[in-house]
Amino acid sequence: MSARQQAAQERDPVQQAAHVRYVLRLADTSLVLGQRLGEWVGHAPALEEDLGLANLALDLIGQARLLLSYAGELEGRGRDEDALAFLRDAPEFANLTLAEQPNGDFGHTIVRQWLIDAWQLEIYQGLLMSADSRLGAIAAKALKETRYHHRFSSGWLIRLGDGTPESHDRVQAALGCLWRFTAELFAADDVDERMQAAAIAPALAELAPRWSARIDEDLAAATLRRPAAQPYPWHGRRGVHTEHLGHMLAEMQHLQRSYPGVQW
Amino acid sequence: MSEDWPLYEVFIRSRSGLEHKHVGSLHAADARMAIEHARDVYTRRQEGVSIWVLRSADIIASDPEEADALFEPARDKVYRHPTFYAIPEEVKNL
Repeated sequence: MSARQQAAQERDPVQQAAHVRYVLRLADTSLVLGQRLGEWVGHAPALEEDLGLANLALDLIGQARLLLSYAGELEGRGRDEDALAFLRDAPEFANLTLAEQPNGDFGHTIVRQWLIDAWQLEIYQGLLMSADSRLGAIAAKALKETRYHHRFSSGWLIRLGDGTPESHDRVQAALGCLWRFTAELFAADDVDERMQAAAIAPALAELAPRWSARIDEDLAAATLRRPAAQPYPWHGRRGVHTEHLGHMLAEMQHLQRSYPGVQW
Repeated sequence: MSEDWPLYEVFIRSRSGLEHKHVGSLHAADARMAIEHARDVYTRRQEGVSIWVLRSADIIASDPEEADALFEPARDKVYRHPTFYAIPEEVKNL
């Protein structure tokens, strides 16, 4: 962002905190989803899919690195990408609750991926016009990756949904299980509203119908039913997570916590 | 699973202007998946700007049993190589 914006923000600590938080939310969603996909390595149904999922994971972790580094700079407390990734506890993580959900079967992973890909497509597209040019540049890079991610995940959603009775039933069940977490995708809070008012972030209310239309289009092609809206008790972006995140972080952070500063 | 998916041969063009080269094979359920798999398996290190895939079963190959008849006769015809010309010093990269 420009020096003038930077100066204005320093005068308003609430605004600065919101900015850090906004970037952290994007970063953590990519990081947590990337870590989840990494759990597939060596376990995917075919060598080709193993590499495909690993490629997605590496794209997401690459996004997380850029965003975490930026969040650390904005925060100004000397935390780099590694400190933010490996030395925060679950309540400090601000990812979408959907991203931390366990992999389940391959269809379950695909449904989770596809819901978030469609979300990231809208978010990154919206961020191209951000008043924060650094965020805009990260979004431009991430958008190219995300277009492939959505091609991959929607392709599989359609194959499985419109495949055999078993594959259809499995992805429909995964959709039923994960749909409740989608209520969080476009629920704006004070952080979103501040960022939107500063033209740093796109208006979530404008993105929601576009996401919804894309989802319906893919669901129709996959012969799947859209589940009914459900109550929404989780707020991963505010640090209120399901029990799954803590277990995932224990594995992800174990080495750095046991051997602080270790390198190889 | 891979056993149910037919084999495809993958050809990658590493740069514009160069030809596609055979790089390997993979399993995929159909052409679209073959392209995606080729991208994920064979272009991870910036190997290419274009991908061709082709069902391995569609390749018509020469018969190894006929190799002698097909290729032996060329062996003693060294004059087909343009190696007997004197190359002027000014000519580079020939």
